[in-house]
Amino acid sequence: MHVIPGLFLLPSSRLISLEGVDIAIIAIYFAAVLLIGFYLKGQSRTGDDFFLAGREMTAWIAGLSFLSANLGSLELMGWAAASYQYGILATHWYWIGAIPAMLFLGLVMMPFYYISKTHSVPGYLQLRFGEPSRALSAVSFAFMTVLMSGINMYSMALVMKVVLGWDINFSIWVSSLTVAVYVALGGLRSAIFNEVLQFVLIWLGSLLIPILGLIEAGGWQGLQQRIAHNFNQDYTHLWRTLGSFSANPMGIHWTGIVLGLGWVISFGYWTTDFLVVQRVLAARDLRSAKMAPVIGAGFKMLVPFIVILPGLLGLGVLPMKLVGEGAAVASGGHSYNEVLPLMLARYCGPGLLGLGITALIAGFMSGMAGNVSAFATVWTYDIYRAFMNRKATDAHYVGMGRWCTIIGVLISIGTAYLVMQFQSIMDYVQALFSFFIAPLFGTVLLGMLWKRATPAGGFWGLLAGTLSSIGMWAWVKADPSALRIIALSPDARDMAENMYRGLWSWIICVAVTYAVSMMTAPLPEKSLAGLVYGCTEIPSEGAIPLHHRPAFWAAIVIVVFFALNLYFW
Amino acid sequence: MSHGNKVISIWFFIGALLLIYGILITGAGIHGLAHPPTTEVVLSNLHAAIWWGALLIVLGAVYLYLYAPSRKNRS
Repeated sequence: MHVIPGLFLLPSSRLISLEGVDIAIIAIYFAAVLLIGFYLKGQSRTGDDFFLAGREMTAWIAGLSFLSANLGSLELMGWAAASYQYGILATHWYWIGAIPAMLFLGLVMMPFYYISKTHSVPGYLQLRFGEPSRALSAVSFAFMTVLMSGINMYSMALVMKVVLGWDINFSIWVSSLTVAVYVALGGLRSAIFNEVLQFVLIWLGSLLIPILGLIEAGGWQGLQQRIAHNFNQDYTHLWRTLGSFSANPMGIHWTGIVLGLGWVISFGYWTTDFLVVQRVLAARDLRSAKMAPVIGAGFKMLVPFIVILPGLLGLGVLPMKLVGEGAAVASGGHSYNEVLPLMLARYCGPGLLGLGITALIAGFMSGMAGNVSAFATVWTYDIYRAFMNRKATDAHYVGMGRWCTIIGVLISIGTAYLVMQFQSIMDYVQALFSFFIAPLFGTVLLGMLWKRATPAGGFWGLLAGTLSSIGMWAWVKADPSALRIIALSPDARDMAENMYRGLWSWIICVAVTYAVSMMTAPLPEKSLAGLVYGCTEIPSEGAIPLHHRPAFWAAIVIVVFFALNLYFW
Repeated sequence: MSHGNKVISIWFFIGALLLIYGILITGAGIHGLAHPPTTEVVLSNLHAAIWWGALLIVLGAVYLYLYAPSRKNRS
């Protein structure tokens, strides 16, 4: 769920100059996150402490951390840029592309993750489908996680260079080593605590832009009029333009948004990507684990206010017209990707500017900490313990987790420098990451809801879905005209291709899992207890008040979700 | 929102940080009144740094009070 392409081509002029108070605010932030890491060092002695934060997090802490791990700085800058380019359509990635999936995770899938007492999503696959599925899932996840972490790191450093004139090496090493120190010291608990801190800073550092922007533009209706005056296309309606591929700037049809994004890509990311699921596994009880994604969903609905609205405000109030990256480099102008820093510089003077930059850095760190803590867990439990050293002590695995954190960060730094040399790698890695998510969702979903699914069915379905996704991507690369087959229209663009490729690979995964399962012997139901719907007794929530029930809050979230979609239709 | 009874709540740390930030940002805003910067931001007449900084001070103070370790020990 990242939008990074193009940040590499940002022109090399500095947008913002910081004053002493701004530098002080940034320095205090670094000191604070390190202080928290050192403070929590003594609290991470056992494996459960280090990798699952002792399973003691409240629903609020787990929920905010769950959201914060996804709210990286590139998420902020990338989607602000996308909203300048595509208008309010980018909001679909926050609403239909997240809310239903987060609620489904909380209410339907979380009980199985939580009751099975697994440490990770690959760990669940091992319990349900056996070692081959776990191995395929764990190796792919570990590899992609550190690669993505490095790419994000380099992109962030490049942004800091363009926005503030900071040296790329300085940004990479200072930020990433800070993350390494606080995660290695305090494990997941330190990562989660810092993510909550970062969540607050992201909001307080970003919130002034939409507030002041709406004041300048004359409210939402004033903004709509300004955009309509500046541009001919409809940038302010969510669904009205999705009747055909050519009627909207994204080149996508509503079926791609609903089935590709809203179903496969979104459910794949939010329910099976261990980077986010790990935060919820740290919850202190099942009710908190179910409540955490619901809380996350409530806040996720508000994120467009600080991400999408600044991009739309850019369309309405900026005196210059932002262009694509190539045109910006050629003309010396500003690209879409600079819209958030431009808006920050437009409204924020000394002090507030430092807080805004701190929000961006906090976003980067929360995303990176999410990556390295998830990597450390999957490596230690699903690769090292599963295939290399089964009988070591708990203390040994904690030590391995600490070292993995450091090594994961160093590999990420190496990746960052690799990307610096071969920038096209990023496109490939982004695509590789997406290959895995959609079929994994098919495998986990069938594993949880269909007791007839067998280990062979799970493994071959996952493999077939992943390979078919790679095959479709390679086909379009080799023959661009194949896009009209994969994405159902020659007018489809990159975003649409990703959505439909995800949908097809998910269907292939499900079909193969079904076919192979029906040809192989079913597992005895007794062995599926705690893992599969129909074989698992979900503990009752007891006689608790309505307002303490996750389903009650999920219902409120879904009502608001529909209301927002109708209002901005 | 804390870990067991042994760990200081994360909200306490957040309160401390917001209080410090609020003081710094409000101070910068007041300083800007006396010494306006050469390049003024849009809507500078609203003095956003002053009221946003004040908001951070209030939020920080409330969290510091509610989640102070001494308060937890007393209860």
